[in-house]
Amino acid sequence: MTLAITVGVLVAGAVYLLTARTFLRVVLGFVLLSHAANLLLFSTGGIARRGEPLGSELDAAVTADPLPQAFVLTAIVIAFAITIYLLSLAISGRHDEDEDEEGEDR
Amino acid sequence: MSGAILPLFIAVPLIAAGIAAFAREGRRWPLALLFATLAAQFVASFGLIGGTRQGEVLVDGVGGWLPGIAIPFAADMLSALMLTFTSGLSLVCCWYAVSSGVGRIRLFAPLVLAMTAGVNGALLTADLFNLFVFIEVMLMPSYGLMILARRGRGTERSVYGSRLYVSFNLFVSTLFLMAVGLVYATADTVNLGLLAGAAKESGLVAAAAAIALAALGMKAALLPTHAWLTQAYPSTSPAITALFSGLHTKVAVYAIYRLYAVIFDGDDRWLLVGLVIFGATIAVGAMATAGERSMRSMLSFSMVSHIGYILVGVGLFTIGGLAAGLFYLLHHMVVKASQFLSVGAIEDTYGTDRIDRLRGIGRREPLVAATFAIAALSLAGLPPFSGFVAKLVLVIATIDAGYVVLAVVLIAASLVTLLAMLRIWNAVFMSPVPEGEAPTRRIPWSLAAPGAVLAAVTIALGLGAQLLIPLTEVAAEGLRDTSVYVTEVLR
Repeated sequence: MTLAITVGVLVAGAVYLLTARTFLRVVLGFVLLSHAANLLLFSTGGIARRGEPLGSELDAAVTADPLPQAFVLTAIVIAFAITIYLLSLAISGRHDEDEDEEGEDR
Repeated sequence: MSGAILPLFIAVPLIAAGIAAFAREGRRWPLALLFATLAAQFVASFGLIGGTRQGEVLVDGVGGWLPGIAIPFAADMLSALMLTFTSGLSLVCCWYAVSSGVGRIRLFAPLVLAMTAGVNGALLTADLFNLFVFIEVMLMPSYGLMILARRGRGTERSVYGSRLYVSFNLFVSTLFLMAVGLVYATADTVNLGLLAGAAKESGLVAAAAAIALAALGMKAALLPTHAWLTQAYPSTSPAITALFSGLHTKVAVYAIYRLYAVIFDGDDRWLLVGLVIFGATIAVGAMATAGERSMRSMLSFSMVSHIGYILVGVGLFTIGGLAAGLFYLLHHMVVKASQFLSVGAIEDTYGTDRIDRLRGIGRREPLVAATFAIAALSLAGLPPFSGFVAKLVLVIATIDAGYVVLAVVLIAASLVTLLAMLRIWNAVFMSPVPEGEAPTRRIPWSLAAPGAVLAAVTIALGLGAQLLIPLTEVAAEGLRDTSVYVTEVLR
């Protein structure tokens, strides 16, 4: 339940930021959205079993599902790389949308 | 031919990309590596067509894990045909890119090679999460290609277009990732073999997989989410627009065909929803084509319209419909790239693609004019070009399935497309050469030839349709009855 609410709050914040005119806020929106996606992926394996899925003698009753963890790891790497790229897009191009708001003091 | 070759389609371009990334500025060997890799892949994919001719499915469970645990690659006729056409198109588009100068920028070869690896992976994987990963591998280099320009020569328009393109694709990818998670939560697997028919049996899996299909539909620029494509594609350089038009949306279309056939098992309860969306996409795209002012924007809108045509095949989900849709897909990849290349040759030489600023191109540039005319007539669906065959078999399949209204939409939209193409033709090509303006520039042969080669292919596909249609029928049967695909993936 806590996870569901957290995902919901993150998505709500992401949607708010994604609709902003400033590109930097859009980038932050994507950061929130990818967190929401990662938490959602974590919850797909069931959150009751939390033992680490390492070693040879694993008990199926307590060991966590390793597959969503692998998914999340892949997704984090991809989201991180694209965020950096988005930030570089945000500062390139002289006439930014955020010029109106930040004035000429940059 | 055995399935063991399949991982090479991903490994070889990726390794080549890694090597080419180390090249110094101005070196030519990365381009040689690029063309060699693409040509080898082109030849190998013909081998795959040969190996899947009877409806066989080649599978390689990478790493030798147990079936169901391994993350397999699988190639059937559909994948083989797609691979052949994407490699051929990439070859021609890279040829144009090198002639027009974009291809000589240092990072061009490694980026295209990495994108090729992603495209191949997406076409061959039999795993939903791997599909997400390979679509990302395909998109990442494309973000770089989108704003590729010489130092100091980049334009604001390309930065704007790139922001839109990256934001939209990232949003859709995140949505697709969430959908993959939900499919795993509801079906306990992401292996396509194990997922076979799961959405037909369980409403929960169907809801989760529907989100994945919606995300792919957004990537394919279906109505009402088509606006990103018509904004972003005209903003980059012509060579890159042509390359993307043949690869990106088409991979999404391929994935829609594959996922609906396997996960939904062609469930006919939802087909009408698809047909309504596809019909609206066809109508709106065709009408918007006629109202644009620059040629590349017009071609982008017309592309949206034709994505609708292609997907009508999956919306009918009969053998005839699927085969017609797949033939349309292959025809459209060739024709659209040919048009983007001939329009690009004009834009790269004359500096604009606005139809109110170009005059008398037909007199000055007969080869480009002929290329454009052939592609435009093929796009509108006139004989003897491939567009005629594609439209004819699609309309017949639509009427056979009983959707007469949709058939009317298909024919009406192609008339509107013909009008839009005539508008370009009259304004840009047939208008008289402006007086007192000496023709200072001519389109070089090396820019005109790539588009002409693809125009020749559309004539060949039109006259030799008897050769290709049986192959798309084999692919269609593989989609209609996925049992061979599923047993091979799980073996």
